[in-house]
Amino acid sequence: MDVAIIGIGLHPFGRHEGVSAMEMGVVAANRALADAGIRWADVQHACAGSLEVLQPDTMNKFMGLTGIPFTNLFNGCATGGNLMLSAANAILAGAGDVAIAIGMDKHPRGAFSVGDDLAGLGLGQWYGEAGMAVNPQFFSMKTMRYMHDHGISEDCLHRVAMKAFENGARNPDAWRRKALSYEEIAESPLVCDPLRKYHFCSPSEGAAAMVLCRADQAARYTTNPIYIRADVFRTRLYGSFEVMHPSVPANARPSPSVQASQAAYEAAGIGPEDLDVAQVQDTEVGHEIMHMAECGFCKDGEQEAWVKAGETKIGGRLPINTDGGLLANGEPVGASGLRQIHEVCLQLRGEAGDRQVPGKPRVGFTHVYGFPGVSCATVLSR
Amino acid sequence: MPSQIPIQEGLFTWPSEEPRLLGSRCCGCGEVSFPVQKSCPACTGDETEAIPLAREGTLWTWTIQRFPPPAPPFIGDRESFEPFGVGYVELAEGVRVESRLTVNDPAQLEIGMKMELVVEPFDRDADGNERMLFAFRPAAAA
Ligand SMILES: [Zn+2]
Repeated sequence: MDVAIIGIGLHPFGRHEGVSAMEMGVVAANRALADAGIRWADVQHACAGSLEVLQPDTMNKFMGLTGIPFTNLFNGCATGGNLMLSAANAILAGAGDVAIAIGMDKHPRGAFSVGDDLAGLGLGQWYGEAGMAVNPQFFSMKTMRYMHDHGISEDCLHRVAMKAFENGARNPDAWRRKALSYEEIAESPLVCDPLRKYHFCSPSEGAAAMVLCRADQAARYTTNPIYIRADVFRTRLYGSFEVMHPSVPANARPSPSVQASQAAYEAAGIGPEDLDVAQVQDTEVGHEIMHMAECGFCKDGEQEAWVKAGETKIGGRLPINTDGGLLANGEPVGASGLRQIHEVCLQLRGEAGDRQVPGKPRVGFTHVYGFPGVSCATVLSR
Repeated sequence: MPSQIPIQEGLFTWPSEEPRLLGSRCCGCGEVSFPVQKSCPACTGDETEAIPLAREGTLWTWTIQRFPPPAPPFIGDRESFEPFGVGYVELAEGVRVESRLTVNDPAQLEIGMKMELVVEPFDRDADGNERMLFAFRPAAAA
């Protein structure tokens, strides 16, 4: 049995004064239900995730207290992919025919803080006191080494950012809707060398939701179901170079993104060469570049030529982060992965408006990645 | 009387003329990690021994932290914040250790350069003791 996506809903990402994360979650959920043409009473299993909301399932009282199992789930930046996986698994396990996945968040401005108690992350307090345990710092160090090993230039970093804001400008739901010039990006201040202000995403606010059902029942609800061909979650192997690790072994092992994407391609029987559109975690441009290779789109170092030739733009060989990605939408952690899936569904349905990938795309891919070394990869198709 | 104390007991040998970081070596598979932990992240073994790590290594990657890290947990002075270097230094034991660097000038940092361990004052505790933190500095030219 397979699982299909029959309804998608988004509360646009950005800054929404006076609107709580949960209120955004309710909006996204209701939009997904309306898109599927069903009511909350028809949902038999729910999964919700958030970093900031203590217990997202309390939104139940705004949706309707129907007694269904409602699972809360949080796995850092991989939460979105994992929410859909969990909802799909409930259907596959026979827990119900219709399930919903809802992600929501609302972060304060500025770099994410790991908080005041590092013991909760398995780390010594000294590590944070001393000014390590900072996400942008780590992402920059990983990018620095990757550029050194694989001949990626600063020019490539700027072009990836330019593409993100170009796509954002074409997306009415994006947070940052202004294209930036090459110079604006290249001359923006360094945050952590080699990465600059416009190379990074920012924490933001928003929500997204997906309604799923047994694939053999999808035709009851919609004429354009999107099928989940694979959805795989992986945590880091010993030897993967990950954030918040005071030491890593010199013998490197592949990242969880490699593990998750390879397993997803295998489960789907679809390879990276078959993809028509892809969304990858672009916390900053360095990671979009690294993820292109980790997810098998190209070999290490080939990103330089791909990006220069515009192959990752809409209309290129493999359009990446067509809605502007994290750079143009920001990252409400609990919702981000579902935003990617929402975008791929729009693209595969042919409903992506000004940013529609030409040629009637049939197969899409999404990928989230983050602390402490977690990744989800999905393969979706019409 | 105020004195110099490590920011965290067990991170490095102190007091010492030639301080060394303290890591764990797995009694089963031999993998080394920092800081000391009782179990092995490589083979899931539950027996490790604490060992002093090499004082010298090579810079594997680096960055300059140009904005004050979020506080908490950062406790450095935000008003007088000066950007600082951070890197991973690869040691002979086959482990890369994350560390602050003593220099914050990109022109003085290059992947592959030789680095050496130092222990320096970081801040003062409520009793006036200087809390000491490890860092790596470019190795003195021979
Ligand atoms: Zn071991």
